[in-house]
Amino acid sequence: MHAFKYHRPSSVKAAAALAKGEAKLLAGGQTLVQTMKLRLASPSDIIDLGALQDLAGIQSDGKTVTIGAMTRHADVAHSAEVKKTIPALAALAGMIGDRQVRAMGTIGGSLANNDPAADYPAAVLGMGATVITNKRKLSPDEFFKGMFTTALAADEIITAVSFPAPKRAAYIKFKNPASRFAIVGVFVADFGSSVRVAVTGAGPVVFRQAEMEKALAAKFAPESVANIKVKQDGLNSDLHASAEYRAHLVTVMAKRAVEAALK
Amino acid sequence: MGAPLIGARVERKEDYRFLTGAGQYTDDVELPRQSYAVFVRSPHAHAILKKISLDQARKAPGFIAAYTGEDFAAAKLGGLPCGWLITDVNGQPMKEPPHPCLAQGKVRHVGDQVAIVIAETSAQARDAAELVAVDYKVLPAVVDGAKARAKGAPQLHDIAPDNTCYVWAIGDKAVADAAFAKAAHVTKLEFINNRLIPNAMEPRVANGAYSRADDSYTLYVASQNPHVERLLMTAFVMGLPEHKVRVVAGDVGGGFGSKIYLYAEDVAVTWAAKQVNRPVKWTSDRSEAFLTDAHGRDHHTVAELAMDKDGKFLAMRVKTTANVGAYLSTFASCVPTILYATLLAGQYKTPVIHCEVTAVFTNTTPVDAYRGAGRPEATYVVERLVETAAREMKLDPAEIRRRNFITEFPYQTPVALQYDIGDYNATMDAAQQLADVAGFSKRKEESVKKGKLRGLGYAAYIEACGIAPSAVAGSLGARAGLFEAGEVRVHPTGSVTVFTGSHSHGQGHETTFAQVVADRLGIGIDSVDIVHGDTSKVLFGMGTYGSRSIAVGGTAIVKALDKIVAKGKKIAAHLLEAAETDVVYDRGIYKVAGTDKQKTFGEVAFAAYVPHNYPHDKLEPGLNENAFYDPANFTFPAGTYVCEVEVDPETGVVKIDKFTAVDDFGKIINPMIVEGQVHGGLTQGIGQALTESCQYDATGQLLTGSFMDYCLPRATDVPFYQVDTRETPCTHNPLGVKGCGEAGAIGAPAALMNAITDALGVKDMPMPATPQAVWKVLNNKQAA
Ligand SMILES: Cc1cc2nc3c(=O)[nH]c(=O)nc-3n(C[C@H](O)[C@H](O)[C@H](O)COP(=O)(O)OP(=O)(O)OC[C@H]3O[C@@H](n4cnc5c(N)ncnc54)[C@H](O)[C@@H]3O)c2cc1C
Repeated sequence: MHAFKYHRPSSVKAAAALAKGEAKLLAGGQTLVQTMKLRLASPSDIIDLGALQDLAGIQSDGKTVTIGAMTRHADVAHSAEVKKTIPALAALAGMIGDRQVRAMGTIGGSLANNDPAADYPAAVLGMGATVITNKRKLSPDEFFKGMFTTALAADEIITAVSFPAPKRAAYIKFKNPASRFAIVGVFVADFGSSVRVAVTGAGPVVFRQAEMEKALAAKFAPESVANIKVKQDGLNSDLHASAEYRAHLVTVMAKRAVEAALK
Repeated sequence: MGAPLIGARVERKEDYRFLTGAGQYTDDVELPRQSYAVFVRSPHAHAILKKISLDQARKAPGFIAAYTGEDFAAAKLGGLPCGWLITDVNGQPMKEPPHPCLAQGKVRHVGDQVAIVIAETSAQARDAAELVAVDYKVLPAVVDGAKARAKGAPQLHDIAPDNTCYVWAIGDKAVADAAFAKAAHVTKLEFINNRLIPNAMEPRVANGAYSRADDSYTLYVASQNPHVERLLMTAFVMGLPEHKVRVVAGDVGGGFGSKIYLYAEDVAVTWAAKQVNRPVKWTSDRSEAFLTDAHGRDHHTVAELAMDKDGKFLAMRVKTTANVGAYLSTFASCVPTILYATLLAGQYKTPVIHCEVTAVFTNTTPVDAYRGAGRPEATYVVERLVETAAREMKLDPAEIRRRNFITEFPYQTPVALQYDIGDYNATMDAAQQLADVAGFSKRKEESVKKGKLRGLGYAAYIEACGIAPSAVAGSLGARAGLFEAGEVRVHPTGSVTVFTGSHSHGQGHETTFAQVVADRLGIGIDSVDIVHGDTSKVLFGMGTYGSRSIAVGGTAIVKALDKIVAKGKKIAAHLLEAAETDVVYDRGIYKVAGTDKQKTFGEVAFAAYVPHNYPHDKLEPGLNENAFYDPANFTFPAGTYVCEVEVDPETGVVKIDKFTAVDDFGKIINPMIVEGQVHGGLTQGIGQALTESCQYDATGQLLTGSFMDYCLPRATDVPFYQVDTRETPCTHNPLGVKGCGEAGAIGAPAALMNAITDALGVKDMPMPATPQAVWKVLNNKQAA
């Protein structure tokens, strides 16, 4: 790790003012600290968001769940509110990494990082959540730009994410055997009038599967998606899974997600 | 006095230290005026070193010194030696290319050492190392062993044409061919035994120190065999006398073979310590470990088994290409030959076996012994062949094994070894029962109902531990002895310190060996301490590898104990005024037979150190004995493993539902420790078969260079093991012990792959059987 200047601002405003040039915001450090240790990133300044109490915490009115950016994965996984209103979201948070990662990692950090294999993006896109920053409110389509890229400006800080509660939903994740990130993760959410299907891990960035959404809107049942063949064009291909295998897994995971949502 | 301890589940004495953070690992050693080293490593798999510039590095804050291969050459430091000479089929010695500690002229794998940079702190050393400018001319690389001898393949070493280290063979090819010609059935398989990266929990560390006071060196190093390290380093590399070098390997956090070897970093920090007149410490990080710790396995093999119409084995033919990596690591040459082909008889009476092994150099990390070392590869050949043969001949896989089991001992195999004892039907019977093989078809029906596939596979492995005797090993090319040394120092009040040349890096010697000592002497286990890992304390030792510790190291201690008891008897006879022949030693007490006269072990020890009333005319004072033990033969642990898997055909995920292991390790000193060794071994074997795969791209970049891509098995990947033992005591050591450290890793891959191929209904399935690989095989099967 290279040397850097450490800041621990006490307001979002102060944090945003520091966020310029080669400075980096620090949330749970589960991505950033690793890249610094490997000397892949060498920020001049670290702006620790750890003191910003109002960025952490979960609020729910039964229709919407709003999660502060600094809320740890473990807190979402164990939250009674989340479990009651959107159990699929609590379950998703409980599938991220391992105990240590969940104790430190945050939803804001995960979304800002936008790893193509991360789990939260599937929930955000799958439920059409709103990403709230110190500057504006963004829909998932506006927020997720591409592999490891988002709409965030350098001095823009995610403050919270607001999830509308679906009627029923489920997230099924096929884990990379080594890293345990998603090779394919499918979030299925039934809002009654519409169904959303979001896929993470398979492509360079989280995406919706329109054909499945249509079929499920007509009939919310596993057999509606079981025979939908997903095209492998543009899907990721690596040591662990070819594009062909990923395409196949999207269908299998979607089917299992619908099964789980119906349970 | 003491209760019998051999066979007892004694809790590990060392665990308190480890679990409370009181262990002293090499990185915990901080010496006065400590400095820190970082190695500049090649980012290329194959390149000419055109120019190395240290100018910028020298200006970095905290910089102390930096050296390159040129400095090492000028100092006349030798290259790293290989400890085993293999003779080629044409009678020539194997090709031993120079293995410089720091690259000279050329780099040959990613991670090859180019320079050492020393600074005040390790962060400063890292910063300075980044400023070393190296000008490379990149050359094409070859990484795949099977392609290393192809026409036009990039050549690594001038002295090894076609990248060939040796072509070696064992057995009579003509006789084998004749047997194949009249076989009723031949089973043939071709497969790769996948390359593995060891990943001990503690990475390698070396801290070299030099004393101007007496012109001596001390090397603290995470090593499995400090005496061998010292011997190789002094005699072959640095040209120093051994008495001027002390090597200390204190607590070591796992090795699995990877810490047997003399590594370049160990030499470099030791030599540099004198140059800078300060201790120099290097601690590997995990990324470096992936690139530079010797890897394991990496065979490409074609194997055939010939049978008569009843499934009786007539002959076996095996052809293997072993990828040894860029240079010969310390024991690289003997692993795919002496430790591999000699095990191809397995548990069977196959009368003729021919095996040819070609060892090739490639632009990859050197390959050497990794838990099992040659025997997992051999077991994989034999047990995949046998199971496949049974399926092809429509015989029960247990039955075909039983028809061919060796049942009379000693048994001379056609591949050099002589098995002293075993009972293969006993372990097979027990394993079949424990695994409830009878209930398999019912379980299979249940799986089918759920849309799952279920399969069962066996592996009836044999292995050879405690490689010996020295004379035979020497005739086969070993450049070291293969004995072990032990010393028993009885203190004046009867407590005992035992010094062993074996090394413990997780095996629990401090407990197992103490049990042996306490049991044989009949004293409390708390009166016994085991000391290992320091050349200045332990008289000599060959270290720990090949599951040799209890069979060889334990026996050396027993021999020394026998001398202690015998000397004590003379002292007791004097004290008791009896004839020596009338004195018996019984669990801590010398007694005069038929009388109530007696002396405790402590009283005798006291008399030896306060010799007022003492047979000075016959005996020296003191009670301290040592022994060297050179075994008459290997020991031959064997057993049967049964694995049952359930496969999800939609995703290719393999779940191990049951894993049963019944081993014959001879006499068992501590069943709890043995079970732990079996569990660990099985998990590593399962890792090889299911999750672990070292992959390079065509340019020689390691694609699986971290745990993000290299998948070590985790607790959730393995089942609760069912383990048991059967016992045929080893015939040629006093404890009747055989060794248990590697069995699990040796037998597990074949059992697991036999189960998976059974579930899938296919003949071939490459390791590791990752979900994607299984899914592909199922897809291809459907397409066919
Ligand atoms: C071993 C391991 C396993 C993992 N497994 C998984 C997994 O299975 N699934 C998964 O989804 N993830 C996984 N992760 C990643 C983990 O979820 C991290 O929490 C996440 O990637 C980053 O969150 P963080 O809070 O640690 O952010 P940090 O590492 O602190 O920051 C990451 C990036 O986000 C920026 N950032 C942080 N907070 C904000 C904010 N509020 N506004 C704007 N920018 C911000 C930072 O500047 C930085 O660039 C794993 C990580 C590890 C180490």
